[in-house]
Amino acid sequence: MIELKNICYSVTDEHSGKTNVILEDINLTFPDNSINVITGQNGSGKSTLIKLISGIETPTGGSILYNGEDITGKSITERAKMGFTTAFQNPIRFKGITVRKLLDIASDHNNNLAGLCDYLSVVGLCARDYIDREMNDSLSGGELKRIELAMAMAKNGGVFLLDEPEAGIDLWSFDSLTKLFTRLSGKTVLIVSHQRKIIDIADNIVLLDKSGAPVVGKREEMLPRINENRNVCSVIEGENANG
Amino acid sequence: MDKLDSELLYKIADLHGIPEGSYNIRKDGKSLARSSDSDIEITSRKDGKEGIDIFVRPGVKNKSAHIPVILTQGGLLDVVYNDFYIGKDADVTIIAGCGIHNDTCGEARHDGVHTFHLEEGSTVRYIERHYGEGNPEGKKEFTPVTRVFMKKGSTLIMEATQLGGVTNTDRLTTASVGKNARLIIKEKLMTSGDERAVSRFRVKLIGENSSVDVVSRSVARDRSYQAFISDVIGKNRCFGHVECDGILLDEARIVSTPKIDAVSPEASLVHEAAVGKIAGEQLIKLMTLGLTEKEAEDTIIKGFLY
Repeated sequence: MIELKNICYSVTDEHSGKTNVILEDINLTFPDNSINVITGQNGSGKSTLIKLISGIETPTGGSILYNGEDITGKSITERAKMGFTTAFQNPIRFKGITVRKLLDIASDHNNNLAGLCDYLSVVGLCARDYIDREMNDSLSGGELKRIELAMAMAKNGGVFLLDEPEAGIDLWSFDSLTKLFTRLSGKTVLIVSHQRKIIDIADNIVLLDKSGAPVVGKREEMLPRINENRNVCSVIEGENANG
Repeated sequence: MDKLDSELLYKIADLHGIPEGSYNIRKDGKSLARSSDSDIEITSRKDGKEGIDIFVRPGVKNKSAHIPVILTQGGLLDVVYNDFYIGKDADVTIIAGCGIHNDTCGEARHDGVHTFHLEEGSTVRYIERHYGEGNPEGKKEFTPVTRVFMKKGSTLIMEATQLGGVTNTDRLTTASVGKNARLIIKEKLMTSGDERAVSRFRVKLIGENSSVDVVSRSVARDRSYQAFISDVIGKNRCFGHVECDGILLDEARIVSTPKIDAVSPEASLVHEAAVGKIAGEQLIKLMTLGLTEKEAEDTIIKGFLY
């Protein structure tokens, strides 16, 4: 279980000295064995929330607890070793580092072809075509995104933090992506998404709002609320999605 | 050949002993061992200069020649001229390179001037590795010159690697590329301490459909200095691509100077250069996979250079 207690996060502009509050006094609980979709308007702090939990950013106030332990001061590496797995919204490119090497690092052992195939086939890629390729611009945005998700699968762990996993996915169906999430049963899964099909598989929905406290609830409770809320509806991408 | 010689040969040419096929091993300014056959013949030069002539018979395929040089003394300046004559339609690999072990405070320097003459349709993979070790106070210097003359339909793939211990390098590579000929250069360079490395490339694309692709990847640590200077001239319908990527660490400096000159309006020439620190997001990504910051940095550098 992950608990956010009175979390604040603000950034100060170096030039103007002006402070921009991104998250203010956020209290949230993400239970074990649950899929939690975090949604809300652009700029509501969704990606920031993921970065705070993975340790990429440090909160300016409050604390983060994992299974009762305060992990606020723990580094990215320490959290990764505790079982926190992060898939970035924008995959990172590496000149000279192959897909195989990244999957080996993620899984913390050298994989044979069968093992690599297992990670890549769940994101719809054939291992033979990709393992020796560099994670660079020779791959399309959609391929990079799928490899990013394959790395998360290879890394494994108890907590999955997925920032817009559907963004840029090309020629691959949403059904396959949601099927991938079913492999994460038993984990604590946080997904930042605007996509209706992803929201539909959530156990819990967190609706972040710049102007107030986040609204949290079970999917069935939250769906009417999302549908009613025109501001949020405007950012939910629905029926015209891929697949 | 003693243990030190064997270790140096392994570092620069992956040799565990005397290689198969044709070879010439040069140590401290003298030929230590030589073997040659009718496919790849190695002879001493006839013009009085130090060095060898290497003749590859036309049509020879899948053969290799090793011509490593080792210097194990300080105070030595070894200048050598090697000429390669690659016969029509031959396809060979040439493994050169030089290792210096200098235990003195003095200077040890190797200047290798290599000239390649590629006949029509020939292909050469040329591997050159430079390495220095010994007393940190002793200088280990290289001034390699590679000159390439490429006839119609020939291909030269040059892989130049220098991954440490060399105090000062000033490399010059010049090429004249004929019709349908392809020149591919891959350079990998790492400097540290107060080392200095300069790479100059001057390529003339003379023939129709000639091409050059230069990819230089380098890492500069500590207070080291690197300069990459390229000059590609397109005199015909041709394609030239030069890419220089450098990672900076500590107080190091990298200067990249591109020049592309499309003499012919049909020439297509591209230069790309990027120099900077390791991107923070790359470190963060690898840390989210469980690596420490130091492990992440090493992984990025290793991937970049190897």
